Amino acid sequence: MAILVIAEHDNKVVAPATLNTVAAAAKIGGDIHVLVAGQGADAVAQAAAKIAGVSKVLLADNAAYAHQLPENVAPLIAELGAGYSHILAAATSNGKNILPRVAAQLDVDQISEIVSVENADTFKRPIYAGNAIATVQSTASVKVITVRATGFDPVAAEGGSAAVEAVAAAHDAGISSFVGEELAKSDRPELTAAKIVVSGGRGMQNGDNFKHLYALADKLGAAVGASRAAVDAGFVPNDMQVGQTGKIVAPQLYIAVGISGAIQHLAGMKDSKVIVAINKDEEAPIFQVADYGLVADLFEAVPELEKLV
Amino acid sequence: MKVLVAVKRVVDYNVKVRVKADNSGVDLANVKMSMNPFCEIAVEEAVRLKEKGVATEIVVVSIGPTTAQEQLRTALALGADRAILVESAEELTSLAVAKLLKAVVDKEQPQLVILGKQAIDSDNNQTGQMLAALTGYGQGTFASKVEVSGDSVAVTREIDGGAQTVSLKLPAIVTTDLRLNEPRYASLPNIMKAKKKPLESLTPDALGVSTASTNKTVKVEAPAARSAGIKVKSVAELVEKLKNEAKVI
Repeated sequence: MAILVIAEHDNKVVAPATLNTVAAAAKIGGDIHVLVAGQGADAVAQAAAKIAGVSKVLLADNAAYAHQLPENVAPLIAELGAGYSHILAAATSNGKNILPRVAAQLDVDQISEIVSVENADTFKRPIYAGNAIATVQSTASVKVITVRATGFDPVAAEGGSAAVEAVAAAHDAGISSFVGEELAKSDRPELTAAKIVVSGGRGMQNGDNFKHLYALADKLGAAVGASRAAVDAGFVPNDMQVGQTGKIVAPQLYIAVGISGAIQHLAGMKDSKVIVAINKDEEAPIFQVADYGLVADLFEAVPELEKLV
Repeated sequence: MKVLVAVKRVVDYNVKVRVKADNSGVDLANVKMSMNPFCEIAVEEAVRLKEKGVATEIVVVSIGPTTAQEQLRTALALGADRAILVESAEELTSLAVAKLLKAVVDKEQPQLVILGKQAIDSDNNQTGQMLAALTGYGQGTFASKVEVSGDSVAVTREIDGGAQTVSLKLPAIVTTDLRLNEPRYASLPNIMKAKKKPLESLTPDALGVSTASTNKTVKVEAPAARSAGIKVKSVAELVEKLKNEAKVI
């Protein structure tokens, strides 16, 4: 039994979510092979070969795979993956985009966003915005699975010494092309990997007021997130959104500021170790999940908090 | 050009669902049902394409119980021209739904198929991608902007680090993200008119599609409850607790 893990990368570095995905693969048990599909991604393959527990790295280097277009990458994964017992990818925007296409090509059902491995064919995953946990069993010959990174502690990025093997297969469906991208720039830690996350909601009132959260975050070495209300109001860009439709985070400490705590927001953060809520409405649902709640005006509390930490 | 929109009947997003005592699923008896929010955005986008003169006909399709007719009527009231219901009483996996949609696509030959990015009940985020694989069309998932020009469509997609734009040859599959648009409400006269619009009923058998699945839900449980927290009186007390009790800063 061997497991194929699809590396998450930008052609330069391996994304941290790959380490969590390898951890899930290790729980299933079996040889772990990592596929790096990209262009000029040699450094990624070398880094993947060092990940603890990985026994082989497949490098498919081709211009068609440069931007991870699913029309080109999915046939590659389906072709290589047919001989494996499991195909795993991180439940990132890339993994979610590509893997269902692979599953359909292999004519098997996919299991999305698993948070735990019961055994080699049984997995747990949240449904209904995290309000229920389903245990799902798969009888598929190849089990196609996306892994919620926050459900698994990452394996070590160093310590392995896998061989890198080039894969010649080139698939170019010719029906899609990359036009451009606009990436938000930030010096703070990445939201999904940060140990501390400070998030603001509608209570921040405007985008300018997020400076209070940035100041606090910088002092804590934290990432800054937002509720959908704050994103929709245009306070901050949408890639900062935490929730069912945004990012799923599970940091050591989550500080929710001016966030009421709608079901959809809680879906993205309620697995955090410690939750702090600062809200002036003491009836806000966020206080039901908060370990520490402070009923106060955030414009007084946040600057004071920044001073004291 | 013809646009096909897939909609799903799901538990209303404001309902706090409860897990059944026998762990067989969640209790949906007497719970308010609605159109999945991402599907509303898909319908809205199709209607806007029609208003711009890009789309000529909007066909809306749902796969589910007879009661899913309500959601199809809603879509008709919002501006869809006709509806197709593929009736199936059992719960279907995304792959089964994608196969049924493929059969409808073969029949209707739309140039663009718009779906929501995920249904808020199963949270799978699979059907659009699977339909794209089965039809061999390009896919523009998590779309925040859709622009049709000639025989291609430019889709701006929400990705983890920001936004990405891809160009797809038509016919293509698009799945909607929240920020694509703000869905409109159906007006009363349009709701009345929608009752007269055509609604065709089909079955998986008639479409020649097997809905067998390789996945089985063994049980459904409530998530682990968080232990009750405390309210602190001041910022100083909060900092003290975080440092000495929780030891997280």
